[in-house]
Amino acid sequence: MRHGPLVFLGLFLAMAISWAGLVLYPQMQIGNQPVAVLDDSTGQAYPIPRPGLAREGLDVYRANGCVYCHSQQVRYQGFGADFERGWGKRWSVDRDYLYDSPVMLGEMRIGPDLANIGVRRGNDTNQVNLTWHLLHLYNPRINSPGSMMPAYPYLFAKRKVGDVPSPNALKLTGEFAPENGYEIVPRQEALALVNYLFSLQSETPLFESSLPPSPKPKTPRGAAAGGASTNSPAK
Amino acid sequence: MANSTSPTQAVAPDAVRGASVAEIDASCRWPVMFLLLGALLWLAFGSLLGLIASIKLHAPGLLAECPGLTYGRVQPAQTNAFLYGFAIPAGLATAIWILCRLGRCTLAACGSIIVAVIFWNFGVTMGEIGIFYGKSTGFAWLELSRSSNLLLLFCYVFIAAWAVVAYHRRSQSALYPSHWFLLAAIFWFPWIYSTAIGALLCVPLRGTLQASVDWWYQGNLSFVWLGCVGTAIIYYFLPKLVERPLHSYYLAVFGFWVLIFFGSWCGIPAGAPLPAWMGAMSTAANAMLLIPLLALAINFRATAAGQSAKFSASPSLRFIGFGTASYLAAGLLGIAVAYRTIGERLRFTYFTTAITHLSTYGFYAMVIFGAIAYLVPRLVGRDWPSAGLSKLHFLGTSVGAVVYFVAMAIGGIVQGTGLNDSQVAFADVVKGTMPFVGVGTIGITLMAAGNVALLLNFLWMMAVTCPCCGEAMTRATLGKSGGGR
Repeated sequence: MRHGPLVFLGLFLAMAISWAGLVLYPQMQIGNQPVAVLDDSTGQAYPIPRPGLAREGLDVYRANGCVYCHSQQVRYQGFGADFERGWGKRWSVDRDYLYDSPVMLGEMRIGPDLANIGVRRGNDTNQVNLTWHLLHLYNPRINSPGSMMPAYPYLFAKRKVGDVPSPNALKLTGEFAPENGYEIVPRQEALALVNYLFSLQSETPLFESSLPPSPKPKTPRGAAAGGASTNSPAK
Repeated sequence: MANSTSPTQAVAPDAVRGASVAEIDASCRWPVMFLLLGALLWLAFGSLLGLIASIKLHAPGLLAECPGLTYGRVQPAQTNAFLYGFAIPAGLATAIWILCRLGRCTLAACGSIIVAVIFWNFGVTMGEIGIFYGKSTGFAWLELSRSSNLLLLFCYVFIAAWAVVAYHRRSQSALYPSHWFLLAAIFWFPWIYSTAIGALLCVPLRGTLQASVDWWYQGNLSFVWLGCVGTAIIYYFLPKLVERPLHSYYLAVFGFWVLIFFGSWCGIPAGAPLPAWMGAMSTAANAMLLIPLLALAINFRATAAGQSAKFSASPSLRFIGFGTASYLAAGLLGIAVAYRTIGERLRFTYFTTAITHLSTYGFYAMVIFGAIAYLVPRLVGRDWPSAGLSKLHFLGTSVGAVVYFVAMAIGGIVQGTGLNDSQVAFADVVKGTMPFVGVGTIGITLMAAGNVALLLNFLWMMAVTCPCCGEAMTRATLGKSGGGR
């Protein structure tokens, strides 16, 4: 074989076809996808950009590599048990991620899927949900004995209790409590991350992914749909 | 023996111009040794990180206070240390040496390659530090910072340019299969890397297009780049070491074209939030890879038939045999998992970790080890200083790779079966994988021991060859040992 130039031509062709097919064409197909307008009269749209603190939380999520254990994508009903586990009421579509960068779909489910954690665990700034998440980040074994999730004590500050105890200090008891005279207070990163988790909800029905007619996922043993479910330990 | 790899075609008349083996090895010595030095340091560092990450999977409280060592930072740091610290520089080093040997030409510009290698390793170091400080980009296999990635791209182009020069200066016009594979790899990387850097880090695309470009990049890097470099090494060393010509030149070339035309379409999983045709195309393309796998298997089998004695005599051949077997296994399992009904169960589980491990370490790293075991003694003109360390290297890496693969594969099946049965509580699924993660840690420890043994042997080799007495000692050594044989 003395066809060096032919080899180069073939190589170039193979590269160009792959590039045009899997990079250029998808960009032409969905690169300019508009948001969905849910209500013409109010102009209510989906998705909406994440509010400031939640956007900041996405960076905390990225920096600490949450994506290496948690996926954020619900597969369609009948493809895996994502629906049955209560991870979502409809499958995830490309439109759900329009405002995120980086998009972290995730490749592993060492932990449960988080595409709708803001629905499952409540999404308001309800003190109960906020406290649950903060405790869970400080040490997952507090809420979920036996959990294999790492603890993130560095998202919290440990400081001496002043004249008045800090109102947002974590209420820790037993083995998790700091020594006397100290309190654990969430840092900005922890609050941002929890706000990001609150903002993770993709159950708005869309044309390309509507809700199933009777949204009654079977309740698995030890994993109530839409509830404490996937994070609670085995009974 | 070095001449036994000439192409099956008639030798071109200008072959007489070719440089001698000693001249070639002398010209390659320092660029290749420096590329390998960085590569082996990163390999050892990466396996330490892999060990920490693996222990953290079953001891989540360990080192939790230290933000830099949280699982989500150690894991990407390990992957990037392996890919950009070890895999690519070691591949370039081997490619440069093989291209010079195949073309019977000396390597030009050795000093400038060393400068590029220093910048390359600086780039990887800065990117790794960034990951530990939470500056990861969040894109799998591209977690190093944008500036690090750009620096690596420039260094790659610079080093690869000299490999192309070596190809161009060859004294025979005939091309051997390894030429095809190496040229493809050398040209492929800047293309996919610049696309990924541009579309993800410089001007990020919108939404899940980011995920698809990242998958496209990972698919091309693993199927095409690692696949081509590894196959080139197998096709170069196998005939040389068993001292028989390659069974079929045309089979190898046929496999080559199928690999680059279809391998470049692999990597997009079915069921992802993307247009459905993308996952379907990837699955179909992945199935086509059966052809290059079979081509390699037939060529390997027919070339090595009846030569088992040579395998027990040559450490390089053992590595290359192990690597070829892993390549076939990883390829077949990859085709299976790309298939929808199997992927449904095994995606998002340790099973995919097992396949990635098999193709990046079991295949690619092992084949590179085979090349290193052969070429380093020839470059510096003396045998490996410690036979014990060489033995530990082979035993640690091969046994460790098998143990880790088996643990992750079975663990992944258990995990996937649990995940897809909504009657099993999630916490029970996690608990069920723990024994396998534990055995996996043993495998990683063994591999780390093997990697460190290779590094020590290599450093020892460098120490006795040069630094204190410099060039003079090197020349004296070379004279005694008969010119780098």
